[in-house]
Parts: sequence; structure tokens; C-alpha cells
Amino acid sequence: MAMSDTDDWRAAAATAGATGEGFAARAVLIALALGFLALFLVLPLVAVFAEAFRNGVGAWWAAFQDPDGLAAIRLTLIVTAIAVPANLVFGIAAAWAITKFRFPGKSLLITLIDLPFSVSPVVSGLVWVLLFGAQGLLGPFLKANGLQIIFAVPGLVLATIFVTFPFVARELIPLMEEQGTADEEAAMTLGASGLTTFVRVTLPNIKWGLLYGVLLCNARAMGEFGAVSVVSGHVRGLTNTMPLHVEILYNEYEFVAAFAMASLLAALALVTLVLKTFLEWRYGGHLAGGRGH
Amino acid sequence: MAQALVLGRRTSGPGVLPGFGLSIGFTLVYLSLIVLIPLGALALKAAGLGVDGLLKIAFDARVLAALKISFGVAFAAALINAIFGVLVAWVLVRYDFPGRALVDAAVDLPFALPTAVAGIALAALYAGNGWVGALLEPYGIKVAYTPLGIMVALVFVGLPFVVRTVQPLMQELDREIEEASATLGASRLQTITRVLLPPLLPAVLTGFALAFARGVGEYGSVIFIAGNMPYVSEIAPLLIVIKLEEFDYRGATGIALIMLLVSFAMLLVINLIQAWSRKRYGHV
Repeated sequence: MAMSDTDDWRAAAATAGATGEGFAARAVLIALALGFLALFLVLPLVAVFAEAFRNGVGAWWAAFQDPDGLAAIRLTLIVTAIAVPANLVFGIAAAWAITKFRFPGKSLLITLIDLPFSVSPVVSGLVWVLLFGAQGLLGPFLKANGLQIIFAVPGLVLATIFVTFPFVARELIPLMEEQGTADEEAAMTLGASGLTTFVRVTLPNIKWGLLYGVLLCNARAMGEFGAVSVVSGHVRGLTNTMPLHVEILYNEYEFVAAFAMASLLAALALVTLVLKTFLEWRYGGHLAGGRGH
Repeated sequence: MAQALVLGRRTSGPGVLPGFGLSIGFTLVYLSLIVLIPLGALALKAAGLGVDGLLKIAFDARVLAALKISFGVAFAAALINAIFGVLVAWVLVRYDFPGRALVDAAVDLPFALPTAVAGIALAALYAGNGWVGALLEPYGIKVAYTPLGIMVALVFVGLPFVVRTVQPLMQELDREIEEASATLGASRLQTITRVLLPPLLPAVLTGFALAFARGVGEYGSVIFIAGNMPYVSEIAPLLIVIKLEEFDYRGATGIALIMLLVSFAMLLVINLIQAWSRKRYGHV
């Protein structure tokens, strides 16, 4: 099969125009690419909804009557509501310092901000266990003061903040770098205070980039699995977020309930993709140019 | 006026804008609390193991098997992604077909879909009674609960890295070079392999390295489809979780340190590729 593809392609290439492929070669390449994407992207997504609605809408809906499932949804919303604003404030502060001023060690700082992206999710959870767990560095201190971080909500929040740490900053830094400092300097020269300059000049300039970063940060915060799995302790109704609840249901062979919960997360992913594509299409000029991903 | 200000800023360091102390102070404190101190805790725990202890953990038969599976399968998946990623990017950049914008947006799905959701969906698809698994079963091909299943999951999570790294560069390829190549008598195949692909190579390598690094550390999408048999289909991140559940903090720390060192090495490799590419081709 590989042979005949190549032969087709060569034959078509020979008859093709100087800088393009012939019709047959195009068709084969497009079919190959779309076939690959259908198998690896579309099919899994379709499978989530097919499995979730396997026994009808009633069975899907019934999955959300379980109090532990509702607790998982609530916990995911709480964790995200803390983690995303925290990283939003950090992203703005870091981007302001890095793009509006010159100081030594700037590129090192940018590398360190990106660091959490190259750490395995499991290791991102493990570091908190080593710090705050029973055998951790601060474990005895926490125990003596009756504080619990690991196997409790604070641990989930910290692990989520860690894995979503770079999202807002890495969107804002290239954007504000492109925009320079002229607008802010003009406002200051005209007598605006620092705060006024930031709120009236900088914020409007970066609002779409900010929204873009928050969107990606939010999707990851709600969907994170590996890191929170390590620090959660898996207490039903107490420390299970939505993705962790999906795992528990799946392992208990409650497939319809597992896929019902998963379908909510998949819908979140789809909404994220739609909004992201819309922002790129409508406000692409107000987003950072050289975006990696 | 603006020029004078810019010049002033260039010569006198921090310029007229306020908030440097506050923003850099907050940035450094937050970075330390969230990233540096926790990673430092791991380094401290790992240092407590000593070189002997670390080697003993690394060369434990089960750990070695898990590391081999994680690295081997991630490498194979990244290779598949490098090939199909270039193909997908090429088709998206060069050809016009109905629904192209939709397909382009869909490439980012693995970034947006929670890994656990991808994991159970792939397991359901490739199990013996699943849509794809049932088609392969008659031929004796088992995907779910074998290393092949791990590879399927890693191809899923790694796909956007190659496409999104290569795509912007492909868009900027100069058509005139192709025309020149064709005018000088090169066949289309020669033009593609000798003229078009070489400048893309650094981007392909970067995408490959990103997909590989992601694959080595991936957990959520893999554990549902892997089967998780020690020595056969048990990945290194899962072994960390197992060690933690057994309260073997030393073992977990040792494996985590090895994985962390490899991630940083990959980061360095990526930076070197980009530096080399900037020198050789004038772009990243």
C-alpha cells in the first residue's frame, strides 16, 4: 500500500505544475491527513458522547443525581476559581516587569516561568507531597499545628496552580513585548498616574490576549488529572474533582456515569476550542504573534 | 519627544514607568513559592538518597522496565507524530478543501480535552469490543491493554505539538525558491526533499522533542488503555504513583528525579536546536 501511494504520488508529481502537486497527489495527501485526524481526534470525541448517551438521555441525566458527582463538579469549580485568578494576577505582574523594564537575568526568568510545562503532571503533584505530606519537609510542622494540605482542598489548589502556572504569562509576555512602552510613557507624560495608565492604557491593549490566556488556563485547570490525582487522596464527595470522579466511576464499571461526567468535560473542551478559534479569527491582531501553542 | 524618552530609557535602565519593584517582587515571590521551592523540595529529598541510593532505584528491574517503556513508546509516538504532523501541516497550509478551518481548529483538541477523558474514550474504542478494537481483533491485533495502546494515547496527546510548530514556518516558505528550483530542472519530489524540507527540519525536530517530552511524562490518557502490567505496560509516571501509595517516598523521588533530569535535558536540546536554526536559517 505504501508502495502504490508513493507511485501514485510520483506519477502525479511528474504531471503536476512547477510548484504544486497534481490533483491525484493532492487528493491522496488530503485523504491521508484527514483519515489520520478522524481516527485520532474525531473518533475519541464521538466515542465520549456515544458512550455517555448509550442508554438514552435519562440515564445520562441520572448520572448527575449522584451527590458525589455534584460534589466533584462543585470542587472543580472552587479549585479553578482560586487557581485561575491567582495565575492571572501573576501573569500580569510578570509580563509588566519583563516587558516594560530592563534588568539582568530576564531570559532566565522567562525560562523558569515556562518550567512547569516541562514537568510531568505526576511529578507536579509529587513535589507538593514531598513538601507538605506526612513524610514531607514541612509535614511535622503542619501536623503539630493541625493543618492539612495534602489529601485536602489546599493541595488540589496548589497542584492546579503549578500545572497552569505559565499560561497567562506566556501569552502576555510576547504580546506586551510587541506593544512596547510608548503608549504608557505618553500617558505618564500627560500626567496620568501609574494606576490610571495601567487601567486605561495597558489593560485595553492586552484584554484579548488576557482573555486568550485565561481561556487556556481555565481549560487545563478544570481538566487536570495527573497532578491532582497524586495530592487528592480520592475521598469521594470531599477531594475528588471531575476528572478524578471520572476515573473512580470508570474503575467501578459505572461506564455510563463515567462517560456522562466525561461528556461535560468534553463539552468544556469544545467550548474552549470554539472561543479560542473565534478570538484568533476576530482579534488575531490583538494576540501575541509567535504563539507556540 | 517619544524618541527622546525611548533614548532615555535605553541609556538609564528602568525608565519613567512605575511599578517595577512591586511587579518584579511579586513575580519572584510567587515563582519561588509555587515552582522553585516545591522543585527544591524534590531536589533536597533526592540529594538525601545519595548517588548509591539513586542508582539502586534506577537499576531496579521494575523501574528500569517502566523507564524503557515510557521512553521507548514516547519515542515511537513522537516519530509517528513527526511524520503525520508534517503531512497535516502541509495539507492545512497548501491545499484548499471544504472544512479546512474546522480541521485546523480541531488539531488543538488534545490540548483542550482533559487527559482522563481522552484516556477512557481511547480505552473504549480500542478494547476488544470497541469500534476500532473489534475491527482489529480478527487479525489478532490487540491494542488496548498492551504497549500499542500506550502508543495510541501518546500519538493523541502529542499530535498538536508537531503541527503547531511546523505550520507557521510552512506558511512563510518563499514560493519563489520553489519556482527557481523547478525552473532549474528539479522534479517536484527533488524540490520537496532538497529545497522545501531542509529549512523545516529544525521545526520538525523541535515538535518531535516537545511531543516526546510530553509523552514521557504523560499519565492521564495512558493509564486507562495501558493495562498497567509491571514489566510489560507499566509507565514510569504510574510507578511513581504506585510507590507513593505504598509510602515508598524514596522510590517515588528517585524516579521523579530521573524523569525531571530528562525533561530538562530535552528543554536544553530544544533550545540548542532553535539557536542552531536561528544561526543557520535566520528563523526559529
